[in-house]
Amino acid sequence: MLSFIARRLGLLIPTFFGVTLLTFALIRMIPGDPVEVMMGERRVDPVMHAEAMERLGLNKPLYAQYLDYIGQLAQGDLGQSLRTRESVWSEFLTLFPATVELALAALLFAGSLGLIAGVVAALKRGSLFDHGVMGISLAGYSMPIFWWGLLLIMFFSVWLGWTPVSGRIDLLYDIQPVTGFMLIDSLLSGEEGAFVDALRHLILPAIVLGTIPLAVIARMTRSAMLEVLREDYVRTARAKGLSPARVVFVHGLRNALIPVLTVFGLQVGALLAGAVLTETIFSWPGIGKWLIESIGARDYPVVQNGILLIACLVILVNFVVDILYGLANPRIRHQR
Amino acid sequence: MKLLDIKNLSVRFGDANAVPVVDGLDLSVDKGEVLAIVGESGSGKSVTMLALMGLIDPPGVVSADNLQFDGTDMLRLKGRQRRRIVGKDLAMIFQDPMTALNPSYTVGFQIEEVLRQHLQLSAKAARRRALQLLERVEIPAAESRLDAYPHQLSGGMSQRVAIAMAIAAEPKLLIADEPTTALDVTIQAQIMELLLDLQREQDMGLVLITHDLAVVAETAQRVCVMYAGQAVEVGVVPGLFDAPAHPYTEALLKAIPEHSLGARRLATLPGIVPGRFDRPHGCLLAPRCPYAQSNCQAQRPTLDPQVRGAVRCFYPLNQEVA
Repeated sequence: MLSFIARRLGLLIPTFFGVTLLTFALIRMIPGDPVEVMMGERRVDPVMHAEAMERLGLNKPLYAQYLDYIGQLAQGDLGQSLRTRESVWSEFLTLFPATVELALAALLFAGSLGLIAGVVAALKRGSLFDHGVMGISLAGYSMPIFWWGLLLIMFFSVWLGWTPVSGRIDLLYDIQPVTGFMLIDSLLSGEEGAFVDALRHLILPAIVLGTIPLAVIARMTRSAMLEVLREDYVRTARAKGLSPARVVFVHGLRNALIPVLTVFGLQVGALLAGAVLTETIFSWPGIGKWLIESIGARDYPVVQNGILLIACLVILVNFVVDILYGLANPRIRHQR
Repeated sequence: MKLLDIKNLSVRFGDANAVPVVDGLDLSVDKGEVLAIVGESGSGKSVTMLALMGLIDPPGVVSADNLQFDGTDMLRLKGRQRRRIVGKDLAMIFQDPMTALNPSYTVGFQIEEVLRQHLQLSAKAARRRALQLLERVEIPAAESRLDAYPHQLSGGMSQRVAIAMAIAAEPKLLIADEPTTALDVTIQAQIMELLLDLQREQDMGLVLITHDLAVVAETAQRVCVMYAGQAVEVGVVPGLFDAPAHPYTEALLKAIPEHSLGARRLATLPGIVPGRFDRPHGCLLAPRCPYAQSNCQAQRPTLDPQVRGAVRCFYPLNQEVA
């Protein structure tokens, strides 16, 4: 197990350099620079522009800028935002819980509903329910997130008025961030109705963000389950006189979960990508919205290091999933 | 009273017009008796026993005048009542032990599951009993095997575990569906010996589904020969081997390689078991039968009592010796 972990950590190094190089190059390929954007519509005075660029160290040749950047990273310094002068790390830490909260809610939604729908569709294979679930999930998978989000806002928020349009909580409530998770902080604040309000704010974005993972998990669970239910050991379990529920869940689902778990891990990356769009649509103050705004402002340090942090996170999550995968599948655990 | 008494069992996949996979089968097993069911692949041997276990899923349809096991008609039972018998008094071992065990659970868990389900043993008691069972099926280092996963076991070892699972609740009837087919030749004899030991020790009925006529000759008291879903001959051992009454039985016996020693080619029965589209009107064996007469093509014979056992043939062989 230790060598497995070491090998995975070793993989981190090339990935790390790849990400830094890619973000460094991509953000600079976008026309415009931070100073131009800050000046806005007004005409840029070339002298002032050059001065500002020099102050920011952006007048150096690209390779020197990259080496500066790597040197900075090597000292564990993620730099400062060009806009706010705040350190990137502290901004990340403030905003990150909001994204985690949203992503966890989306995963909970996608995981629970996806597993149930997948298992039931497999058990009732060929039924109306099966075709319905598979059809809907294909539609859900194919739907552009931003369009789906706007559609839900139009229907539930504007038309029915059931949920708020944007944000994490109503302005009426003054919630002190303790954990950064609004659901928890609103409970801690003791303000009446704050928790429910936070929950109402969370529902739509979670559904929007969870739709694609939901579709993937439902389809994956169904096909894995169909495969497993044909296995000899399921027949053995039935021949033992076990109840259908025990056969399906203990003997069937446990084995079907192995491929589903892998997909689950892969979805975390997709989830963070989806969070960028979802947070923008719902004005959710998380990492995604922060990055989008920083790209707009050509805030180089934030974009570079924000994406780097997210990349590390995805790698970390996949790493955890790999370990879980070993726990779920004894055949892998014993391969040494 | 017979332990197992099957009357007119039919299994179809599809509606009433579908060709039956098992066609009007009568079968019985006494307490402590070893019955062998032999026949080519696709003759309905396994399906018969799966029907008894209640393991035929839609679109499969099971019908019978009587499907009586230990005094209970299994066809009339609801799911929960049936599950009280299946796995306890009526247990089954399958062909391929490498896939019959759940790869995600330890051997111990899978044996204990039966004990806790049917005997309501506590976790501790179940584990103790599971260990005894593993020792009984002669698994070396049984204690450590309890925590082993199926992929860590060989085929023969897995089949021993499957046997331990099947006998855990001391069944009255054990069905072994080609228990040695997937195993090495060297292991086959050991597994058969173990099964017969257990059968004698617990005075179980044993239904042995097999291709291996040599095994039948050594182990079974009675044989049921199946062809295309029907019993074509039922007889006792060794009488059936000495003087087969049905042409198909005779052909099966001739096909044993040892009987062809010195010959240039092995004896075979040309043709294959009829499928759903080429099922003959008359005797199902008629197209392949060397003795077939014209009425064999037109009429279907019934399973009639003969000098020894029962035969489904208009012109049974070896009837002169009484």
